[in-house]
Amino acid sequence: MRIVCPFCGERELGEFTYLGDAKPQRPTADASEDAVYDYVYLRDNVAGVMSENWYHGGGCRTWLKVTRNTLTHEISAVEPAAGTGARQVAK
Amino acid sequence: MSQSHRLTSGGTIDRSASLNFRFDGKSFSGFKGDTLASALVANGVKLVGRSFKYHRPRGILTAGSEEPNALVELRSGARREPNTKATTAELYDGLEAASQNRWPSLNFDVMSINQLFAPIFVAGFYYKTFMWPAKFWEAIYEPAIRRAAGLGRAANIADPDHYDKAWAHCDVLIAGSGPAGLAAALAAGRSGARVILCEEDFAPGGRLLADGGTIDGLPATEWLSRTLTELAAMPDVRIMTRTTLFGVYDGGTYGAIERVNDHVPSPPEHEVRQRLWRIVAKRCVVAAGALERPIVFAGNDTPGVMMASAMRTYVTRYAAAPARRIALFTNNEDGWRTVETVLGAGLQVAAVIDARAEVSPAHRSLASKGGFPVLHGAVSGVDGGKTGVRKISVSLTGGARAEVEADGLAISGGWNPTVGLTSYHRGRPKWRDDIAAFVPDGAPPGMMAAGAANGAFGLGACLREGFEAGAAAARDAGRSGSVGSMPVADDEAFALTSLWYVADKGKAFVDQQHDVTASDVELAQREGFQSVEHLKRYTTLGMATDQGKTSNVTGLAMMAAVSGRSIPETGTTIYRPPYVPVAIGAFAGHHRDEAFHATRLTPSHHWAAEQGAVFVDTGLWKRAQWYPRAGEKDWLESVTREVRAVRGGVGFCDVSTLGKIDVHGPDAGAFLDRVYINTFSNLAVGKARYGLMLREDGIVYDDGTTSRLAEDHYFLTTTTAKAGLVMQHLEFCRQVLFPELDVQLTSVSDQWAQFSIAGPKTRDLLKEIVDPSEDLSNEGFPFMGARAVKLRGGFTARLFRISFSGEMAFEISVPARHGEAMARNLMIAGKPLGVTPYGTEALGVMRIEKGHIAGPELSGTTTAADLGLGKMMSTKKDFIGRVMAGREALVAPDRQVVVGIKPTDTSRRLRSGAHIIPKGEIPGPDNDQGYVTSVCFSPMLEQWIGLALVERGRERIGEIVHAHDPIRGEDYDVELCNPVFYDPDGGRQRG
Repeated sequence: MRIVCPFCGERELGEFTYLGDAKPQRPTADASEDAVYDYVYLRDNVAGVMSENWYHGGGCRTWLKVTRNTLTHEISAVEPAAGTGARQVAK
Repeated sequence: MSQSHRLTSGGTIDRSASLNFRFDGKSFSGFKGDTLASALVANGVKLVGRSFKYHRPRGILTAGSEEPNALVELRSGARREPNTKATTAELYDGLEAASQNRWPSLNFDVMSINQLFAPIFVAGFYYKTFMWPAKFWEAIYEPAIRRAAGLGRAANIADPDHYDKAWAHCDVLIAGSGPAGLAAALAAGRSGARVILCEEDFAPGGRLLADGGTIDGLPATEWLSRTLTELAAMPDVRIMTRTTLFGVYDGGTYGAIERVNDHVPSPPEHEVRQRLWRIVAKRCVVAAGALERPIVFAGNDTPGVMMASAMRTYVTRYAAAPARRIALFTNNEDGWRTVETVLGAGLQVAAVIDARAEVSPAHRSLASKGGFPVLHGAVSGVDGGKTGVRKISVSLTGGARAEVEADGLAISGGWNPTVGLTSYHRGRPKWRDDIAAFVPDGAPPGMMAAGAANGAFGLGACLREGFEAGAAAARDAGRSGSVGSMPVADDEAFALTSLWYVADKGKAFVDQQHDVTASDVELAQREGFQSVEHLKRYTTLGMATDQGKTSNVTGLAMMAAVSGRSIPETGTTIYRPPYVPVAIGAFAGHHRDEAFHATRLTPSHHWAAEQGAVFVDTGLWKRAQWYPRAGEKDWLESVTREVRAVRGGVGFCDVSTLGKIDVHGPDAGAFLDRVYINTFSNLAVGKARYGLMLREDGIVYDDGTTSRLAEDHYFLTTTTAKAGLVMQHLEFCRQVLFPELDVQLTSVSDQWAQFSIAGPKTRDLLKEIVDPSEDLSNEGFPFMGARAVKLRGGFTARLFRISFSGEMAFEISVPARHGEAMARNLMIAGKPLGVTPYGTEALGVMRIEKGHIAGPELSGTTTAADLGLGKMMSTKKDFIGRVMAGREALVAPDRQVVVGIKPTDTSRRLRSGAHIIPKGEIPGPDNDQGYVTSVCFSPMLEQWIGLALVERGRERIGEIVHAHDPIRGEDYDVELCNPVFYDPDGGRQRG
């Protein structure tokens, strides 16, 4: 598999580390235990298109949000994951 | 020995280069350009192996990598390679090969008695027979079966050769150099595309080498050499022979194995044996051709029965005659080429048995000219044994029988396109009735099939499809140059009448490599294993090293027939790479032995090695474990001396392996507050603080000391093991969770050499290193102080007053390139003080004496409170893991927590891993209350001590419990105690 890093260009899989589902967002500090539990443990296991967090540790060290079809491994979008994991970005 | 079956002229062998070789100890000769198989054919050798289960005599069936029978052990000693196909092994001078699965000899094989028991060796035999008693399976049945059945013997010493791995990139990748592949390369190459063409054989040309033809008005061989010349002149076209494209992976990545030096006795110095290629291609044209398939009939495994196309290859390409009087059994027009080849070489045609109702007038006249009969019907049996075919029984259409005397039988049941590559992404090929074959139905992205691989069997069609595919692929890859004119040839007829199996008495083999017979397929059907996937696993059809290249389609067609379904309904099994066996060594490449993974050396490594240090692998690092001295009888004596020297004087240890991260920016403090359980934003500049990090689920992740070097600059350290992971985690926090914070992270693990200098005489040593203007007193440099200092001579270093050993200690940090010099200077400056370098063992002993936690306690199951650090958790801020750390089970009062242990028998040695059980109880899972995590011999207490995780441990200080160690068979009592064994009030480190 190859991922087109928006900063480094097309690179081979070995340069990246997979984390998982990019959908969960970290609740704000006042969130309930249940909300945090959901954030920590509940993940969709999608057979199809899902967004995932990948780390380009062998390159620019950017965390990327990769849109990938888990059935075909086709990657349709790669973008920096900046801020995507926060329920609400503090000012 | 003379080459009795070598034709006097023809072939692409080099008759001026005679090569000697040995097969089963007997000497033969062949020519350069031979394979082992063609050289054996040229020497009249028909019997080359014994079959897997029944030990039946077997000969050469094919001339390529699909060969099921002619498997040999090639080479000897460490290079002995089992199951090597004689049909692809290139002949070299001095080659040594041995047949397999026979004892004592190929000619007289004791185990061929299995044939007499054949009725019981049917599909599922092992499952049905060796059921009882169950315990006999591993001890008796399996070893006996493994001895009796099987293929070659692997070498039992390390492979002395090197294997390489390489990457390549191109616009158009082409599999196969037959007419389709070459036409594709011409079109793509002319258009300006970067082309890689992989050819499994050592000579390009594919079927052109055996079947000839006329292309652009030229004899095929002349067109071939002109084409190769044109391609060679294109700088961006690369033809890789001896290279098999074996798999396709995601994103247009392909696997190929290049047999760089398999054709010589051993690789020349500094050269590799094989090279594994990962090729990234924008487009791929699969021109891998087709494999001729057999027709199954009784005795079809007799030596001398050969695929018709293979027979033509041996005669035309190698000028070797597999037989002198040859019969042909065909169900299609293509098989008749064999007649022309055989006659052209001056050999005799005994008869043609054609399963079709009609034979063309041209072939009729060929028969009358050649003086041989054309029999309409099918071969129903072969008379012959280990010496090969003698007589062929034919059941004629209409019911009569005939016999044909011949010493060779060529069979042609039609052609199976090579659909592996196009099907490796779970693609299923589709059935085409007109050619009675499976053809690709779609392909992985970027791939297309052309020529025979796509079911286009004629020469003209192959050239046309290949050329068009090459042009399209180049266009898709953005190359727009002119492709020139397309090579043209006539299209031949391919009139085929399906015939898979001729039922009659005697064993008829579907899968010759695994000895699967026609009756096995029928049995599988009767017993309910009708799905092709079940058929495969129940009978082992298609499961051997050839992966059923000559048997799969035939097997499933026969299953379709007996189960009353159509072939498309029956379907194929899933195709999986690799297309040919690939040595594990090639996948490993150079990553073996000491190069299995990268090795990281500490800055003082070479100096430590000079000191005679014993090194230990810590992840990728080599760390000095202890520094033995002459006269010390074991590691314990050395380590004990090192600890006493530190606690009584001064010592130093390279701690550069700790992860180091610079945290810069106005929000650096705020960032650290969110990733550590304790607070760092209020840390004064010039001070260090111990920090603990949790995972988001509330479990402890890592610990380390972080110092504030400036208002907006922190220097964070991690454990050695987690250095990379913490960096990744912190980047995730910074980028994904907290993008609003103005902070940057830089890994500086490799930039700084860091030494811990510990012991009551530490200041005396530092005074010799640090510039006198620096105040190192308790007032000028208090405990947990951290700042840059000037060294004698003008260099700047960072000094941290932190202590893992519990002694008066500093850590000094210099740019990594000065690390070795620092170690040497510490030794010189410390000589009058008796300075002692110490290793990771002494470091570990001192941390256990002080009750400091490390890897064994940071086990991925412990909370901050379990480690006795619960009070560090700030209640005034949010941080990673805060909420989940408060979960009921993580704050339960009966959790296992860190506690010290001492054996009641003070002379006893402790060992990690022992279970803690209440005293007086019988050990069992119900009363297992924890386990011993870390132990050492404490030179200060002069006995073994340890740390353990024990239920409610802190409330039970003073209690005697039982340590149960079933692995080592040890049982003893230990006392739970304060984990800080030495200097519990910490006076020494503050002094």
